[in-house]
Amino acid sequence: MRFVLALLASLVLSLSAFAVQPDEVLKDPAMEKRAREISAGLRCLVCQNQSIDDSDAQLAKDLRLLVRERLVAGDTNEEVESYLVQRYGEFVLLKPTFGTHTLLLWLTPALVLVLGGLGAYAALRRRPQPAAAALDDEERKALEALLRRDGNA
Amino acid sequence: MLVEAGHFALALALGLSLIQFVVPLWGARSNDPVLMAVAPTTALAVLGCIAFAFFALTVAYVTSDFSVLNVVENSHSTKPMIYKISGVWGNHEGSMLLWVLILALFGGVVALAKSSVPARLQANTLAVQAAITIAFLLFILTTSNPFTRVIPAPAEGQDLNPLLQDPGLAIHPPLLYIGYVGFSISFAFACAALIDGRIDAVWARIVRPWTLGAWAFLTLGIAMGSYWAYYELGWGGWWFWDPVENASLMPWLAGTALMHSTVVMEKRDALKVWTILLAILTFSLSLLGTFLVRSGVLTSVHSFAVDPARGSFILGILIIFIGGSLALFAWRAPMLRQGGLFAPVSREGALVLNNLFLATACATVFVGTLYPLALEVMTGEKISVGAPFFNATFLPLIVPLLLLLPLGQTLAWKRGNLLGTAQRLYAVFGIVLLATMALLAFRHGGPVAAPLGIGLGVYLVLGSLNEIVTRSWSKEKGLSMAWRKAAGLPRSTWGTFIAHAGVGLTVIGIAATAWGVEGLGSLKVGESLRAGAYEARLERVTPRVEANYREDVAVLTVLRDGREMGTLETMKRLYVTRGMPTTEAGIMTIGLGQVYASVGEMQPDGSVGIRLYHKPLVLLIWIGSVVMALGGGISLTDRRLRIGAPARAKAAPVAAVPAE
Repeated sequence: MRFVLALLASLVLSLSAFAVQPDEVLKDPAMEKRAREISAGLRCLVCQNQSIDDSDAQLAKDLRLLVRERLVAGDTNEEVESYLVQRYGEFVLLKPTFGTHTLLLWLTPALVLVLGGLGAYAALRRRPQPAAAALDDEERKALEALLRRDGNA
Repeated sequence: MLVEAGHFALALALGLSLIQFVVPLWGARSNDPVLMAVAPTTALAVLGCIAFAFFALTVAYVTSDFSVLNVVENSHSTKPMIYKISGVWGNHEGSMLLWVLILALFGGVVALAKSSVPARLQANTLAVQAAITIAFLLFILTTSNPFTRVIPAPAEGQDLNPLLQDPGLAIHPPLLYIGYVGFSISFAFACAALIDGRIDAVWARIVRPWTLGAWAFLTLGIAMGSYWAYYELGWGGWWFWDPVENASLMPWLAGTALMHSTVVMEKRDALKVWTILLAILTFSLSLLGTFLVRSGVLTSVHSFAVDPARGSFILGILIIFIGGSLALFAWRAPMLRQGGLFAPVSREGALVLNNLFLATACATVFVGTLYPLALEVMTGEKISVGAPFFNATFLPLIVPLLLLLPLGQTLAWKRGNLLGTAQRLYAVFGIVLLATMALLAFRHGGPVAAPLGIGLGVYLVLGSLNEIVTRSWSKEKGLSMAWRKAAGLPRSTWGTFIAHAGVGLTVIGIAATAWGVEGLGSLKVGESLRAGAYEARLERVTPRVEANYREDVAVLTVLRDGREMGTLETMKRLYVTRGMPTTEAGIMTIGLGQVYASVGEMQPDGSVGIRLYHKPLVLLIWIGSVVMALGGGISLTDRRLRIGAPARAKAAPVAAVPAE
């Protein structure tokens, strides 16, 4: 399936696979690290499911520079993100916020796990538990015969 | 001429599939052996026709027959031969043809497995198979014909997408499709059982090898795709939670659950209804994957509307098969007799938990992949669901599953003892705890996730090893006896432990990515760049011209502590026909880790952008996946599962092991 992705991606952008350019890097390594972390969670709007940290598109570059600009201006990580959401909408976040519009998205894992677990438990409970019945004489004889045969083999 | 013959063969295959669909079903209903016997014969004829069509298209590619539109659009006379052949399935039409070819191939194998499959089951199964074949042949013939001619024929083709000109294309799609389509057999068997209203342990024994085989191939296909993306897309990522990847991960998760539930069904005659449902869901997810990728709905909801014929057609197939099979399930499943009792704490109980977690993980991927589409269609709101979402939801589901795995595989069938089981693993717990603490101390200040993840992986590997040892070793008997005993363990037991150890290896590889380091810089010749313990020095940048592309090659010397480890080349390529640039990463493998470099833009001052990564233990991600598939393969060779091999009257080598 990868190759199909590549095919689709190539329609949208020319992949030269070199996201952050050396001249974009901030002097302060701690701030650069924050910039990279934020970038990994932001979608390159013109690409297919790529973060701006991975993408080579011009728009991604502009966004990366914008993120760094805001950081240098003293914004916190959250402020940078909300600034971008204001400009580009929630579409820019790769991890959607929790809200009424994403309720089902975020709750599905827990719901399926809990309901599935309850269902399985109920199905198990409904059936009688296996009783470990003692062997009767006939079975004991058969077992001995089997063991003897295996021992001789 | 051959091209027209290929086209005709496809149409003939469609007609034959109709016979393969109607006649055996009728035969099974009226209990007529002659009508039922039509199924295997027509299945083989369909295979012959489709194989011929595929051959015809391949010949058109190999001889660069530019009077065929599909060849014009995806090939070029100067393209290397291997890509001329793999280019056959490197496009929409050709890949659909490969899809039906594999489908027919599986049908052919079922047709030949006469001795091991009861006639009624075989007839019904091949009829369901034929229904799928009909749908996809119609799809190809009406919307995606690879044999369309173009008049006048151009002198030269438009070349294959450069990203696809890679050995990966030769291997990845066929592996993946064998996996996808292999699940159609489990699906067909499930539908056949529902049609017949009868299902038992024999059914599970017949279905299990198909599921195992499909699963092993899908595992390899996904791993191969991941490695291909890793080296070809050039930024060193190996899994992107891309919808296209998720499309293959969903059937894999469901298939993994199915593989485990058929074990319960075969051994204990339990979980029947659930197993049937899983078989249906697994193939439905394969179909969904095909729909997602083939309809273009993923790029955007709008591109779906641009080419509505294909998208709507596959959507129709999806609705008919998923809806139809689920309706059949709802109608017939209540008639199936439930059997097989077991206590909650038992191997069966553990496998139920396994299924619960895998199904939930699968549902999570499903919702994450489709939610943005659904939301946009319903409210017009656009959101993105990417890697951060899946990391936050998928991992918490998989980690508990992996923590329980060694306990589950150690538990006894029917009624287990949790404390006794844990006791058997004491040594493993001890070693893992020590190793994890040692790693934490040794890599103090580094990411905590890496040592913990590696601890988890080691726990999985040792847990499996421990089972083999405790099952064969005893103090009194000595080593040579232990060896013989281990060799005498059933192949499926070995397969299980090898596959589980493979999961552990992959987990170690994934966890170690947290230790990866990266360096970035603009280098002039002679300057160097550092990533962790490794350093790369730019030696030269030279142009090079090949048959269908030209490239600038950056040659780097890799050093560690000032010592030269060798050189690697990373290229910036321009494919002439399409005018498309690509980057080829340079990779040096050192032990299980890799040094990975990719070249960026040439700056006006003569320097080049270079990105350098050191990725410790990264190869384990794929080695582990191959080991997983290998485990599946070894299970497949178990005597009891061999296709066409009826149970032997005398158990041969196993009996050589004396009872204690």
